[in-house]
Order: sequence, then structure tokens, then C-alpha cells
Amino acid sequence: MDIVVCVKHVPDTTEAEIAIRDDERGIKKEGLVFDISEADNYAIEEALLLKEEFGGAITVLTVGPPEADETLRMCLAKGADQAVRLTDERFEGSDGYATARILAEAIKDTDYDLVLTGCQADDDGSAQVGVTLAEMLGLPHAALVVSTEVEDGKMTVHRELEGGLHEVLEIELPALLTIQTGINEPRYASIFGIRKAMKKEIEVLDLDDLELAEEAVGEAGSRTSLVELFIPVVTAQATILEGSPEEVSSELVTILKNEGVV
Amino acid sequence: MGEIFVLAEHRQGELRDVTFEMLGKGQELAAAMDAPLAAVLLGHDVGDFATELTKHANQVLVVEDARLEHFNSAVYQQVLAHLIAERKPSLVLMGQSAYGMDLAPSLATQLDSPLATDCVGLEVEDGHLFAVREMYGGKVSAKLAFRQADLYMATLRQAAFPFEEGEPLGGEVVAVDSPLTEEIAYRKFLEYVEAAVGEVDITQADVVVAVGRGIKEEDNLPLVEKLAKAMGGVLAGSRPVVDAGWLPPDRQVGQSGKTVKPKLYLAVGISGASQHVAGMKASSTIVAINKDPDAPIFKVADYGIVDDLFKVVPALTAQLAG
Repeated sequence: MDIVVCVKHVPDTTEAEIAIRDDERGIKKEGLVFDISEADNYAIEEALLLKEEFGGAITVLTVGPPEADETLRMCLAKGADQAVRLTDERFEGSDGYATARILAEAIKDTDYDLVLTGCQADDDGSAQVGVTLAEMLGLPHAALVVSTEVEDGKMTVHRELEGGLHEVLEIELPALLTIQTGINEPRYASIFGIRKAMKKEIEVLDLDDLELAEEAVGEAGSRTSLVELFIPVVTAQATILEGSPEEVSSELVTILKNEGVV
Repeated sequence: MGEIFVLAEHRQGELRDVTFEMLGKGQELAAAMDAPLAAVLLGHDVGDFATELTKHANQVLVVEDARLEHFNSAVYQQVLAHLIAERKPSLVLMGQSAYGMDLAPSLATQLDSPLATDCVGLEVEDGHLFAVREMYGGKVSAKLAFRQADLYMATLRQAAFPFEEGEPLGGEVVAVDSPLTEEIAYRKFLEYVEAAVGEVDITQADVVVAVGRGIKEEDNLPLVEKLAKAMGGVLAGSRPVVDAGWLPPDRQVGQSGKTVKPKLYLAVGISGASQHVAGMKASSTIVAINKDPDAPIFKVADYGIVDDLFKVVPALTAQLAG
């Protein structure tokens, strides 16, 4: 079973202070730690599990800058067979649609049984590239997948709905699945794997290597454009308790007792 | 202006809340764009839903077909593409839900329509449509413009748009013949599976102490469990803690887990992603402990402590015991 996995190298901003660049086109990336987007990490693990069960090769792809090699190498270290980085200045400013277009061009003439993506990227959170890519490649798809099972050229997958409910569906291969977090337990790369991955070559493709016009990528090829970025106004702010841990604890308990909740 | 379509969401015999939230927003946009508002209802034996929706739209377009009983994005896409080609709406709204996320990007691509996903704002300014959406877990907002087109699409974040029951619009129900011909073999709905219910039902507790990514390791969980016990509450968690397998799925609070409304909700090391907040914001009193002062959880909390949870949690537990 040959699998293509699309991943994204993103900054971890969960506990970081964020500042917007002066040109309002992005955030300041200095000092931020980058890693594979969380759902993509589960997607690569799902590919590794399927490869262990059915054999085949895993190709991992990303659209991003040279620094994204870090994420690609980690995927190779875990057991992906080859990595492709799609890098070109002219890709900059691509929205989810244009990004899917770039990926589609790189994937369309390769042999695969399955394409996996994360269901949503940690940075822009659009949850758009995977399902868009499926349509461009003419593949059946399922989004928010939380379990997979393969049988006779078909897959039975669970999709996560709201409120703890799952939808079970059958999908014909080749197909594209967007993977939800929690589907498996992502492994860590072994030291041996990391050493081996250092020696592997990462294929780098630019716009000229793809059968795409310049107008199909970047801002020109995008269907939405950024007007501005801003730090959202905080409404209904919490009353922040100040002091040592003992002081704030004492104050909080008093408040909660007065409100009759403890 | 062509009409505004709102795709009604329903599951297991109920219209989903996001349907009404979209119709509320749709009415506002319909006024701004001087366009009629149509609810689009695909299903089987959904006459009651259609009647309900006439209160909130000028027209309810109903496609009845046994093959539409359960959501299937492949089938929905065929029917909607047909309906859109026929009626030529100028805007289609869908939910940023398990349904909309599975359908909107492929439908928009098929129809060559610009799409903005997970919108928390959608406005018309000088005749142009703009979307506002969040990035970086809600720490940054982005305003987007759409490329000029005949048809625009947007998915709206669930529980982000208020819905108030207003004067009924008294719309008409319009039955549309199902355009479906052959069975779609490449994707088939099989069944629903309910999450297993464990020994503790977190939706029934008066006090819920929920732990998030800030707890760092599974070995640190007893720290928060002790606090939950001291407060007479139950231990719950946000998605990352459940994904990591440190708590069972029935303890997960949020859109894809449980919705809780306790008297007291104490969020420990939870940043407050919108999917989490959707499952706890109706709690009477919300307290958040997080060392990041910019964490979105402080937007919904009544009381906040900006400090290291590993210092505050033991102090608070001791205070309650003493």
C-alpha cells in the first residue's frame, strides 16, 4: 500500500507571546519553536501503521521553506521512505486552495493507494487543504478520521462527529483521508532512525518543476486574500487574582464559598 | 443579488444548533445584500424540519430522497452542485462542523467558488464580502477578502454566532426533485457509533476540574485529581489529554466530547481553544489557572490565576483541606 502524506512545519504558539509583523502579512517568527503540525503527526503515524501491516512505501510532502526539512527528516527518521519539499518564492501568500493546487500537481502523476493529511493545521486552522486536494485529484475522501481498517481495496473508517458520536463509512481506494488527533499513539524516532534520515536526500521541487502557471500559485492563485491581521480584542475579561500561590488560593476559596459553589 | 443558501444540518432526528446560528447570520446578510434567504434541507421524511425552518428563512428548499437520510458528503455534493447550478445563489453558508468540514472544500473546488472556512465574522462592506477568522489557536485574527466571483462560500464556526428567536419569517416550502440517479459506490454511510459511557458522568457533576496540555505528563495527573477530590468534583480533560490516552474519551470536554454546565468549572493548564470552550462556556462560574496571560481561556473565565499550575494547584488543594 503506497501512501502519500502531506505535512506542515508550523510554529508552536500554545504558550508563546505572539506579535504581528509590521507589514501585517504574518506573525514574527523569531524565537518560536517549529515542529510538525499536530494532526499531521498522527497522519504520518497512521501511514506507518498501515505500512507495517500491508507493506508499501510512504512519501511525505510539504509546501514550505528550507527549514521545513526538519519536519521532513523527522518523518523519514520514523520510517517514511522519501520526502519532497515544494519550495518557491512564488508560492508565498498561497491560501488553502492554492496550496492544495501545488500539492495536487506534485502528487497527480505518482502511484499511490492512499493520501493522508492532518485534518487541520495548528497555524491557520483552515481545515481546507485536504478535502480540496481530494477534489483536485478526483479522489473520494473522508474528513476527521479517527480509525481505519483496510479490506479488499476498500477502507472502513470512523469519522468524528460532535458530542462523542462517530460515523462509520466505507470508502473505495484510492482515497484521501484527513486524520484527526488521537487516532493512534505517534511514535518517537529512534536514534538509529534519525541517523539514517540524515543521509537521505530530500527532493526539492519549485514552480518550474510543476506543470503550473505562475498565476495558479501564491496570491494570484488564491481565492481569498489577507486584508489584515490583528490581535483580537479580549471581551468579558476574567478578574485576575494576584499574589503568591497561597494568597490567590485563599482568595479564590473565599470567593467560591461566597458564591456558594464549594 | 442571488439568494443566500444556508445548508440545514440535521442528525438522528434533530436539527443541529448551527443551522439556526447560520440562519440568524443569514438574515443579517440577506438584509445587507438585499437578497432572499433560503434554507436548504436535504433528507428523508423531513417535513417537520421544513416547517420549523420556514420561521427563519424566506424559502425552504427541500430535497427528499432515501439516499439523503444520513449525511454523506459525496451525495450531498452532487445534490448541492445541481441545486446551485439551477438557482444560482450568490452565497452558500455551511457549518464548520463534521459535516461542513467534509463537504465545503470539495464543493467549493468543484464549483470554482472562493471559500473562507471557520469564520467567526462575515460582513458586507461597500458591497464586498469580508470574513474574519482566527489563527494560532485564537491568538490572532485575520480579515479576509474573497476573489470576485458569482458564488461565494463560507463555513461558520459553531456556537460563534448568536441566535435569537425573532418574528417568524413565514417562508414557503419548495419541494425540489432529487437529482440523484445512480447509487454512489465509492463512499457509503454504514452506521453511527455512540461513545461508550464510563462510570463517571461528567455532565451530571456540580464541580468539574478539567486539565489540559499544561499538565505536561501523565504522572502529573494525580496532582489535579487530588484537587478535584478536595473540591468535591470530578476530573475531566481537554482534547490533548484524551488524545494522549491519559483520560478516557468520556471525560473529554468540548465540541467533539461532552458539553458540561456545572456550577463551577476549573480549567487547569487549558489554553481555551474554541472547540473546548464550546463544551464548557455555559458553566455558572469559570475559573482558569494558566501561566500564559494571553491564553484565550481568560476570555471566558470569571476568575483567573496567571501562574504555574504546579505551584497553584497544591496550594489550592491545601487551602481546601485546611
